[in-house]
Amino acid sequence: MGLMRRFSSIFKAKASKTLDKYEDPRETLDYSYERTLEMLQKMRRAVADVATSRKRIELQAQQLQRSAAKLEGQAKQAVSQDREDLAREALTRRQAIATQLTDLQAQHDQLKAEEARMVEGSRRLQAKVDSFRIRKETMKANYTAAEAQTKVNEAISGIGEEMGDVGLAMQRAEDKVAQMQARSGALDELMASGALDDASMSSDRLQAELDRGFAEPAVEAELSRIKGELPGGSTTAKQIDAPDETPVKAPAETQAEAPVEEERR
Amino acid sequence: MIVRISGEGQFDVPEGHVGELNRLDEDLTKAVDSGDEAQFTSSLEALLTSVRTAGEELPADWIGPSDLVLPSPDSSIHEVREVLGDEGLIPG
Repeated sequence: MGLMRRFSSIFKAKASKTLDKYEDPRETLDYSYERTLEMLQKMRRAVADVATSRKRIELQAQQLQRSAAKLEGQAKQAVSQDREDLAREALTRRQAIATQLTDLQAQHDQLKAEEARMVEGSRRLQAKVDSFRIRKETMKANYTAAEAQTKVNEAISGIGEEMGDVGLAMQRAEDKVAQMQARSGALDELMASGALDDASMSSDRLQAELDRGFAEPAVEAELSRIKGELPGGSTTAKQIDAPDETPVKAPAETQAEAPVEEERR
Repeated sequence: MIVRISGEGQFDVPEGHVGELNRLDEDLTKAVDSGDEAQFTSSLEALLTSVRTAGEELPADWIGPSDLVLPSPDSSIHEVREVLGDEGLIPG
């Protein structure tokens, strides 16, 4: 037997089990309708779950993008300070982030597609629920006719099949969400471990060295300015005290005003 | 006859088109048996495209059973095998 027919018969056998059959098919109609409504609710929750999972990936991606941009900036600073070693380190980290981002993008696309399918599935199920609600009352009223009985059976197996299909779609979505959650968790751990260190921490060695690269010349410049001011002073007592005060104050000021700090935050 | 593409909807396909579907199904069956994922994807797509073009999509509010149910377009061999479950790949 070909795959097409095997798949069909197993699918239909499974679908027919999704609905209990009552002795009176009219009861089965009511029961089927209730089950379909429940299914619609479940489906909507499943759509929300997929969306939550997608948003989590988006947040992770944003975080990584910020880190990548920061590292790019740091690499430029390093080059401007002739610190190729630091630039290399920043770019290496940025490369690791880029790899993760590509992976996240692929996961995001998958979830997005899954979400669209689920939304479309809910729309179809909703249309069937609405049409079933109207038709089941007519079918129940005319049930005694043999022809009507056939219609009832068709409607029941049709709705059962739809539920089976929706059930399959939900199963797939749940599996995908579970997979993505596991991967997101792993990425969170990776980020926490420092392997993808985003270099945004104040304790970050890379940034500290770059800051020093900027701060040191500034401190030197301040120092020479102050030294230069000293001999030209006209008053005595205050000027003599000044060198004790100013050098202490100067490094603190320069650090606060350092352009690096401004750009970084 | 009525053909459902899983996760997509139901189509009314003319009876005269069954021969073509059977032919495409042979390729698909071979792909599943050999476990060739690329072959599976392309032959499934060919089968589904044939249903979509030869058939007419039934409105969403249409309620009735299908004569054939086909896997969804992005199914993997693994997913199809999962549906086949205990029946495995040995024709029953």
